[in-house]
Amino acid sequence: MDLADGFTAIFVSLGAFFFFAGWVGLVRFPDSLSRLHALSKADNLGLGLVIIGLMPQASWPFGVLKLVALWLLGVLIGGATAQMLAGAIHLDDGREPPGGNGDFARRTSEAGRNNEPGAAH
Amino acid sequence: MPEIPLPDPRWADLPLAFAVLGLALWLTLTRGDRAAVIGFTGYGLLVAVAWVRLGSVDVALTEAALGGGLMGVLLLTAVARLGSDIDQPRPSLPGDLLIGLLCLGVAAGLAAVVLGLPSPAPSLVAAVEDHQAAIELGNPVAAVLIAFRAVDTLLESVVLALAVIVLWSFGADRAWEARPRALDFGEPSPALVLLARLLPPVGLIVGVHLFWTGADHPGGPFQGGAVLAAMALLVWLARLGRPPPVTDGFTRLGIVVGPLMFLLIGLAGVVLAGAFLGYPDAFTKPLILLIEAAKTLSVAVALALLVAGPPALSGALSMRRTGSTETGAKA
Repeated sequence: MDLADGFTAIFVSLGAFFFFAGWVGLVRFPDSLSRLHALSKADNLGLGLVIIGLMPQASWPFGVLKLVALWLLGVLIGGATAQMLAGAIHLDDGREPPGGNGDFARRTSEAGRNNEPGAAH
Repeated sequence: MPEIPLPDPRWADLPLAFAVLGLALWLTLTRGDRAAVIGFTGYGLLVAVAWVRLGSVDVALTEAALGGGLMGVLLLTAVARLGSDIDQPRPSLPGDLLIGLLCLGVAAGLAAVVLGLPSPAPSLVAAVEDHQAAIELGNPVAAVLIAFRAVDTLLESVVLALAVIVLWSFGADRAWEARPRALDFGEPSPALVLLARLLPPVGLIVGVHLFWTGADHPGGPFQGGAVLAAMALLVWLARLGRPPPVTDGFTRLGIVVGPLMFLLIGLAGVVLAGAFLGYPDAFTKPLILLIEAAKTLSVAVALALLVAGPPALSGALSMRRTGSTETGAKA
């Protein structure tokens, strides 16, 4: 086990910790918006740390660049979907979202609102 | 530094197995349609990871793109359109028992078949390896699909075109000139629009890469086409573009070019290589690439159109439930 493996073990473990923290937030936070917040924050950070940890194991340059691209995609998609879900939650709540708009997630959320025990009140 | 003994990596599969089973159980028990659909999408991704662990990356890619991605969009749009009316009261106890028994029967039958396989299982791997060099493809899955079992693949690509025709025939007669409208969901959120601007260039490269790399590595026309279709759907959902009308000539050409190219090259094989779907030795690789390129395009167009729905007049497919937000939808 050399230096690179130790680096990987430390950073991947740190990332796993943040994923775990995100999961705890998802399970324990009281309302949908806080849970979304906990999940997306912890996921972005956890994914970033796991990817930093995997970099010494990847081939230079393309393996490392692919990992970075994966992280960027994860952040972009995670952030965008969290925004859409938050907008849907606001509309479930009967309020206009801060941006004043609705979307695909909102429409689909309305169909299931009666089945969502955790919807914000 | 002394070598630290690592645990058997197969232990890592245990959480995955429990997650797949647990999510499957939850999916069958949950009563909320939307929650079930989102869970099903996640289930597709978990199953894809399971396929990766089994070494079938080609299957994993297909499962993630179709089972996880496109099916998820299709089912979500269906949930949105049906509204909450679909939430019927729980079936009665005998009904529950009957469903449970039938499921148990299917599971038991599958288990009996899988467990009853002779060991080692009958395999054509050696036969594929013996002949793979002749068609210059490094990926054995691609070799089977495009050469050894080319008839199956040809029929499969024809089925996709037929599926689009069947879907279109569900449109009303007077809507024939119109565009598909299943993805009309009112004003999109700015986050979705941003995503639909940033993601398609990346998805385009990934889709074409999956097709190109499929010759020697996991990937291929189906997986690549599914990614391309997803990008089109994203753009349509964000209203940065609209699905083409079903009378559009280029769209129709896009649907049939894959099967047509396959069929024509297959027929040419009768003359040039002595067999239907045979490839002449000198042109094997270029011909296969030509077929796969056309097939990628056709898969992308067909899958995107299948999700976009039949042609409809504006408002004809709008949601039946009354909602204050409905007024915000563009006519």
